[in-house]
Amino acid sequence: MAIEFREVVAGYSPTLTILNELSFTAREGEITLLIGPNGAGKSTALKTLFGLLTPRSGDIRLDGKSVAGTTPREMLAHGVAFVPQGRNLFGGLSVLHNLELGGITLKSGLRERIEEVLARFPRIRERLHNQASTLSGGEQKQLEIGRALLLRPRVLLIDEPSIGLSPLISQEVFRLLRTLADAGTTILMVEQNVRSALNFADRALVLEMGRLALERPAGELLHEPDLHRLFLGGSVQRKPS
Amino acid sequence: MSKVEVTIVGAALIAIALAPLGLKNYGIYLLTLWCVYVMAGMGLNLTVGYAGQMSIGHAAFVGIGAYTAAILMKLGWSFWLVLPAAALLCFAVGLVLGFPALRVQHHYLAFATLGFNVLMFLFFRNEEWLTGGTFGISGIPRPPLFDRSGAYFYFTYGSTLVLALALAWIIRSPWGRAFAALRDNPIRAESLGVNIMAYTLLAFAIGAAFAGIAGAYFASLVEFIEPAPFSLTSSLMMLLMVIVGGSGRFFGPMLGAAIVVLLPEWLRVMKDWYLVMFGLAVVALMIWLPGGLLSIPERLRRA
Repeated sequence: MAIEFREVVAGYSPTLTILNELSFTAREGEITLLIGPNGAGKSTALKTLFGLLTPRSGDIRLDGKSVAGTTPREMLAHGVAFVPQGRNLFGGLSVLHNLELGGITLKSGLRERIEEVLARFPRIRERLHNQASTLSGGEQKQLEIGRALLLRPRVLLIDEPSIGLSPLISQEVFRLLRTLADAGTTILMVEQNVRSALNFADRALVLEMGRLALERPAGELLHEPDLHRLFLGGSVQRKPS
Repeated sequence: MSKVEVTIVGAALIAIALAPLGLKNYGIYLLTLWCVYVMAGMGLNLTVGYAGQMSIGHAAFVGIGAYTAAILMKLGWSFWLVLPAAALLCFAVGLVLGFPALRVQHHYLAFATLGFNVLMFLFFRNEEWLTGGTFGISGIPRPPLFDRSGAYFYFTYGSTLVLALALAWIIRSPWGRAFAALRDNPIRAESLGVNIMAYTLLAFAIGAAFAGIAGAYFASLVEFIEPAPFSLTSSLMMLLMVIVGGSGRFFGPMLGAAIVVLLPEWLRVMKDWYLVMFGLAVVALMIWLPGGLLSIPERLRRA
């Protein structure tokens, strides 16, 4: 499922505009990486797409169909799942109950879906009846992703999956996302760990001040000598040589 | 539940069932009152403990249930019709009271529910044509077969157990998970597709329905109702019951209600100092055991 932003304006209050006529597309079955300095609107783009924020103007389309202004529940029904930044589990509940919550919008077939997710994450199966807060950081991220996969999403929005994870575990998470994309899931990812993420992504979009500043194939950007400037801030305009 | 817990609960259930054999009428009355408080407390525990909402207006729902039961029974309705009527009316009013919770949280919500309690108290006191005002309503019948105090206790006790099973079912169902998600983090819950609005309203409505049922049993127990038991003070007592026992713990209201009902009786020898002692005990508990008395085993295990 392809994602298209058309001149989207959105923010947290009428006076605080974050997305400033943002336009971009993310293709089906690809990992599209959103990078840029703090405040560029990366996370806001994900939240607006998922319906946690309503765009003030512009349009958001999934496979050409407008979804601007829909609620998160409707987005889930459209096959869009969101894994927000940071810890997203309900720490007091067991691993199994967290998974069950992920399927709360399903009418039936929850057992089979949980089994399907557990088959993918054997480590989660071992901890099924433990409190979610007792899981390691990597296991928690796996559970969060597993919980999102319960709905067999066609689009996965994921915000900084590597935060708080060791480099080894981050690679594991990226590899998992790559497998999902190769199987046809459209992935839109925000990630500060840019170099690592670019190795697994297809394309990279650089945001600045709520606009698209640059769009490149991931492999190409990886060899960009000024890469760090793109996400530390500063202009992406090349100096004339 | 572990084997030890099952044994403790089983023994407690049997002990309570046998208790009236060794008690005089007043003791049986207190035990029945405990059951009534447990019913109301379980509802409040769902709203506050499991779903994370705030309510300082629970006694108003008990009042609505009690007055509904009293008025309808005086009109000749059977207890068996009055009971669902009280529960449904409270469920509906609870849904309405849930709406402020969609906009405000924590102490703001506390004040909204507090306002509701004051409003209902004034209604019970001032609308004499319906509620009898400060004179109240007397001569409220008990269901036939259960009109003697012992029989009425067993009837109330049995009903409390049925309600407890209903609550256990709710908590173990996907609804219970959604309530917990709502309590822990509404934004995260929404990201998973939990219908925040529906579950917030339901948390109030189901809690209120439990209170309405408790109110109906209360009216029949005391056979005379007036506005005082449904004042703000009673709502605070009910909140205290849930917190002292252990908010969000299944057996919290059972223990909390026992303390709120029985402690004043035991401390009666202290005369005027009783409230001082009670107040101090609560302050100490909140400082050292914010998780309530039922958090003691966990504390010991961790220590």
